[in-house]
This record gives sequence, structure tokens and C-alpha cells, in this order.
Amino acid sequence: MTEVVVVTLIKTAIILFALLTAFAYLTLFERVVQARLQARLGPNRVGPFGLLQPAADGVKLLFKETSGPATRDRFLYLAAPVLSLAVAFTAFTIVPVSGPTDLVVLGHRISWYVTNTNVGVLFYFALTSLGVYGIFLAGYASNSKYSLLGGLRSSAQMISYEMSLGLSLVPVFIVAGSFRLVDIVNAQRTWWFALPLLPAFIIYMIAGIAETNRAPFDLPEADTELVAGYHTEYGGMKFALFFMAEYINMVIVSSIATVMFLGGWWGPFGILPGPWWFLLKVVAVLFVYVWLRATLPRLRYDRLMQLGWKSLLPLSLAMMMATAVVVVAVQR
Amino acid sequence: MSDEDREVDGKPDQPTPLRGPDEGVPPHPEGKRPSVAADITALATGLKTTLGEFFSPAVTLEYPEDKSPRSERYRGRHYLRRYENGLERCIGCELCAAACPVGCILVIAAENTDENRVSPGERYAKTYEINMLRCIFCGYCEDACPVQAIVLGPEYELSDTSREKFIYTKEKLLEPLPPDVQARLDSKGPK
Repeated sequence: MTEVVVVTLIKTAIILFALLTAFAYLTLFERVVQARLQARLGPNRVGPFGLLQPAADGVKLLFKETSGPATRDRFLYLAAPVLSLAVAFTAFTIVPVSGPTDLVVLGHRISWYVTNTNVGVLFYFALTSLGVYGIFLAGYASNSKYSLLGGLRSSAQMISYEMSLGLSLVPVFIVAGSFRLVDIVNAQRTWWFALPLLPAFIIYMIAGIAETNRAPFDLPEADTELVAGYHTEYGGMKFALFFMAEYINMVIVSSIATVMFLGGWWGPFGILPGPWWFLLKVVAVLFVYVWLRATLPRLRYDRLMQLGWKSLLPLSLAMMMATAVVVVAVQR
Repeated sequence: MSDEDREVDGKPDQPTPLRGPDEGVPPHPEGKRPSVAADITALATGLKTTLGEFFSPAVTLEYPEDKSPRSERYRGRHYLRRYENGLERCIGCELCAAACPVGCILVIAAENTDENRVSPGERYAKTYEINMLRCIFCGYCEDACPVQAIVLGPEYELSDTSREKFIYTKEKLLEPLPPDVQARLDSKGPK
């Protein structure tokens, strides 16, 4: 029993550290990749190839003066960024980084995930729904019109796209026959689900980008109209917490995409160990994120809602039914 | 048709009715209605364009190390020239100060004597100062100078830490010319 607790605590610490590092270098990755997509160079001054840029940014944010609107709701104003980040961190506990055999350290068999609950992906959906609260409470607690509008937009958008996000994963459950992420990855031993379930994968990616409020669905923080949306009134480390939550959510959406559609730790020819394949696929999905951001203009708000409710939702429902019919027909 | 002839709308001013998002947008010409396929093609074209940039060299010049090429007629900081025998060209005529649109040049002339011959003419500039904070780098001083004593060189990185340091004195202006400025002046022919 103690061993389980200690191992879980160590794994949680590793995940916290890994996700914070991933966040720091994802900001650099995004800036450099976006710069290259626009024929620029991106940050390359701090340290070799700009590799210390995240540290410089962090120091700068730490030394910022803490300030906020006088009319803010003090408790919620502080609670909102903490909630956003806590939810983002928690979601990663269900992601299996490698497999199928456990890691053996000093005679202890250690699994490649923190938890392997039987509700798996439903836990992830529950947490992404909680993420809306952080953003909406930030908009409400700031007592500023820009923040409130950003928060409203964000909650409307996230609620709309969560439907398609959830439904786009249902075909995967139908084919894999399990909610457990480990089972789902094991079911992709020969074929990645992205190939037979390509429409579901595309719907998941679109909904996932909208869910994390990233371009071209970054209306909640539309700089031009809302200054910065829900985090207009946040500065210094409190802003950084929101920033971290956004980027860690990107990592999580990419990880879930890797696990659900891209075969998780399985790689062709067995040339690389599992964790490397997982990392490689996550980075590839993150590249797509940045690529889309560098290419596409922001959607108009009514078009965003139209896309979510009138296109993605019926499409994901149709995909779900089609998969069910095919699976039943094959089993007969 | 004059303004009086124009028919005036009899109705009182009414607020413009609210319009839907697509109202007033002209309909697409026949056969060019947007389709899902066309939209996806448009997306793919955009993604292809940005990915093409990813694999092509960046246009960025890494400034402190690389600098963009300047024209040989670039107007940067000023220089005062000397003749080959070491005498100063400036004869203290103050035409540069008169030509200067912002009045940033101060010339105080003094007589040349046989004991103290600074320039070949009757007079020389005892004091020659340019306030670089005022200078607009128009080059009129260079045009006005009858003996081509003052020229504008290629340097443009003139930032400094105090206002006093921007008053360029005669000693600073008499620094040797960069070779490319010398080449430009030589190509103009003797004067």
C-alpha cells in the first residue's frame, strides 16, 4: 500500500515537472515554428539557439508588479487561474506514456501512467468541462467589460465544442470496446485509428483546437476586439498561470489525440522505444496547432457557433452511427 | 443638377434597421457559389503556402551582426574633410549653418595667420559644432559647402547616453573619412 502511494506521488511529481518544462519549451517551439512559417527566425538571442528564452520570460513575469482592478472579487480573482491550471495538470494523469510492458526500476514494476481508471476518457471530459469555470470566473471576477465578454465567449465556445469533442471519440470506444486508454492504445497495434476513423480524427482536432481557445478559434482572447479577453486584468505570474493552463491543455489535447487516434506508443518497425514515439507524435500534433495558427484568420463569432452546432455536431453524430453500424455488421 | 433640384425624401429620419450578418453582401455570381470542396482547397492552399515558407530561408537580417546594404549616397553622420597636405578644408564661411533648415550647425570663424595656418583661405572655423539631436540628415550643408568640407558619411548608429554627447565638436567631426565615402567623393571628380 505504501509503495503504491509513494510511486504515485513520485509519478505525479514527474508529471508536474515534465508538464511545466513542456509548457516552457512549447512557448519557444510555438514562437520559433510560427516565425519559420512566416519566413522569420524567431527568438534566438537568449542562450544557444534561444534555448534560455523561456527562463528569461519566466524571470520577467516573476518580477512584474502584482496589480488588478480595485473592484475585483478578490477570492475568485485569485481562484480562477489556480483552478484553470489545476484542472490542466490533473487531466494528464490518465495518459499512458508508454507500454505495454511496465517499467522495471530496482525490482519494482512501474506502469507508464498515474491512473488507469475504467472511466478513462470520461474523466478527461469531466476535467475539460471544469476548465471552463476557470476562464469564466476570471472574466466575472475581474469586473471589466472586456474580461466579461471574453469569459462569456469562452464558455459558450467551450460548451458548444465539447459536444463534438466527446462525440468524435465515441467511434474510438466502439472500435476499441473500452474506455481505458491503455486498452485503446493496445487495440491500435496494427492500425492507427486515425486511418479508418479519419473523419472522427479531423472532428476531434477541430473541436480540440476550439476547446483550448487556440487560433483560428481564439475568440475569447481576440486581441483586436477584447484586448486579451478573460485575462485582460491579470498580470505577472497570475497571467502566467492562465498561459500555462492554455499550453498544458494543448499538450493534453495532443496527447489524447495521440492515444486515441495515432497509436500512442506504438511505432512502426519497433525502431524507437515507446516514450519516444509518444513524444514524437505529440510534437507532430502540436506542430499542426502552430501551423494552423500561422495560417488561418480568426473565425467570426456567429460562424464559429455555426461550425460547431450545424456542421461538427451532426457530422460527429453521423460518424458515430456509421461506425456502430459497420462494427455490428463486421461482427455478424 | 444642383442641390435644390434634388428630390428630398419626404419621410422623417428613421433609425437604420439592424441587419443580419450576411445582409448587404452581394450574391455570388452564378457558378461561383462557395462549396465545401472550394473551402477545403482554400484551406489547403493556405497551409501549403505557410509550409513552403517553413522550408525556405528566413528573410530576417540578424541586425547587430548583419546589416542591410546602404546606398553610397547614404546620409548618416557628418565628417569634416582635410586637404591631402593636412590643412582643413573649412573656410568658416557659415554657408552650411545658413543652409541648415533646423539650425543645428554652429560655426565661429577666425582669421588665418602665417603663424597659425589652419585652412588655405583667409579664415578657418575656430569652432564647428553640430547638434546631432536636432539634425534631420537632409544633407543641405554638404550641398551648400563651396569647398566640399562637410560630407555626410554612412554611420547611422549614433545613440548615446547623454544629451551633451550629441554635440559633435570639431575634433570629432575631423575624424578620418571611411574609405567608401572617400571613393564616392573621388568619383565625383576634382573640385
